[in-house]
Amino acid sequence: MFQFKCPHCGLRDANEFTYGGDATIAWPDLGASEQEWFDAVYQRENPRGPHREYWHHAGGCRQWVVVDRDTLTHEIHGCRAASETQK
Amino acid sequence: MSHYSVFSVLKGGLTSQRNWSRAWRDPAPREAYDVIIIGGGGHGLATAYYLAKEHGITNVAVLEKGWLGGGNTGRNTTIVRSNYMLEDNAHFYEKSLQLWEGLSVDLNYNVMFSQRGVLNLAHSDAQMDAYSRRGNAMRLNGIDAELLNREQVRQYAPMLDFTDNARFPIVGGLLQPRGGTARHDAVAWGLARGADRLGVDIIQNCEVTGFHIENGTVKGVETSRGPIRAEKVGVAVAGHTSHVMAMAGVTLPIESHLLQAFVSEPLKPFIDGVVTFGAGHCYISQSDKGGLVFGGDLDGYNSYAQRGNLPLIEHLGEEVCAMIPSVGRLRLLRHWAGIMDMTMDGSPIIGKTPVQGLYLNGGWCYGGFKATPGSGWVFAHTIAHDEPHWINKGLDLARFREGRMVDERGAGPVPGAH
Ligand SMILES: Cc1cc2nc3c(=O)[nH]c(=O)nc-3n(C[C@H](O)[C@H](O)[C@H](O)COP(=O)(O)OP(=O)(O)OC[C@H]3O[C@@H](n4cnc5c(N)ncnc54)[C@H](O)[C@@H]3O)c2cc1C
Ligand SMILES: [Zn+2]
Repeated sequence: MFQFKCPHCGLRDANEFTYGGDATIAWPDLGASEQEWFDAVYQRENPRGPHREYWHHAGGCRQWVVVDRDTLTHEIHGCRAASETQK
Repeated sequence: MSHYSVFSVLKGGLTSQRNWSRAWRDPAPREAYDVIIIGGGGHGLATAYYLAKEHGITNVAVLEKGWLGGGNTGRNTTIVRSNYMLEDNAHFYEKSLQLWEGLSVDLNYNVMFSQRGVLNLAHSDAQMDAYSRRGNAMRLNGIDAELLNREQVRQYAPMLDFTDNARFPIVGGLLQPRGGTARHDAVAWGLARGADRLGVDIIQNCEVTGFHIENGTVKGVETSRGPIRAEKVGVAVAGHTSHVMAMAGVTLPIESHLLQAFVSEPLKPFIDGVVTFGAGHCYISQSDKGGLVFGGDLDGYNSYAQRGNLPLIEHLGEEVCAMIPSVGRLRLLRHWAGIMDMTMDGSPIIGKTPVQGLYLNGGWCYGGFKATPGSGWVFAHTIAHDEPHWINKGLDLARFREGRMVDERGAGPVPGAH
């Protein structure tokens, strides 16, 4: 099982977390073009390798974290508070 | 290549089974073909077979990076059904089911298609309402569907939990009698042999590593065994769809996810048809060897690893025990995983792409085995005519941009939720 080092709770099992998908998507402004919205909502790079993704620590501190994980090897390279990556 | 028959079996018996010829050739790739199909899974092989059989296009190569059926074709739980509600899915999967019904004879190869029925359990009145709606939609489309009450379910599947303290009491169910299972490896082998007999080159250990595209038109592919030219290229690589299409510069509304499957130790005949749990996501059937074959939800995160994790195994074990408490002490024999090409609406993509001459067959999510013959049939038509068949017209790539989702579950643009 994956374990993520939650910045608030320490090393925890993945089944305390809920997956939130690709964290590299930048949500466009409300007035952005249809193309920009289409890209953000539907199109995915879906990389075979390093992937930056959101997980929600639903069974813990209930904070969102950003995890760097390899989709081919399942190696986990980092876990940070999402609030930090937003700054 | 010999025709299989009672006589060939007898002859094989009398000659110590030593004189069988190869089921298909092992040719080296030629410099050019009329059509190249990337991916030697069920869909790629079916496409090549129907290109040759229905459209007379035999100068075709199927390029497979590993071995035939080493992808999801050989990893799935083999459930075949057409119990869909939305028009675009209903017609497509029903076409596929009809092809399944004649496939063994057509291929001269026993794919062991067994129409033992697929039953979806309902555990609440609301779920019965939803099933009667789906069943009616199916019947209006000419697809068989029967709504069963609790007693009828008990007769059909007495091993389920009908006790008073069942965690999820069974209210009824929706049965598709024509649904069932098939032998997955036989499907790959039978299609490969069928295509090969019509002249198709099946080339294993040949990975496509790039495309030759000039002025927006495909000219051929680059492979681990050298370049191969073709004016038409069809992509049927299931879980690897995003990765392969990215080589042609096409980004897709797809995420690759993990799906696990499980087989228990063998039992005497216990479950006749396919039964699916309605209070969670779990489907179970019994193989001809006696093992209970079951699967459930995705692991829930992007992955290309072809192996799953323990939380899902535990979750699925709980579901199976809630459904059929008597299997509680049964031991698990094997489990494995495959890579699912999950789309934003949970339905497949079969059609043209922004690159001229490049055709896409993907986004099968976890339901592509049952689609195998239908998918090959409509994809061959699409490639031969440079235009979709009416059956796959609504399953095109442009639907995502144009807002024509085919979202059977109503889960929205979250691939892992379908
Ligand atoms: C655990 C599990 C259970 C499932 N259960 C069911 C079920 O009960 N019913 C159902 O209908 N469906 C089920 N499915 C889904 C079904 O198996 C797939 O949707 C379907 O098999 C996909 O099509 P395919 O057979 O062509 O794919 P595959 O067999 O995966 O074929 C794709 C091929 O492309 C090859 N390839 C990839 N990249 C390249 C490249 N660059 N060059 C050359 N070749 C390449 C791969 O090696 C692979 O052999 C299940 C899947 C899994 C994993
Ligand atoms: Zn936490």
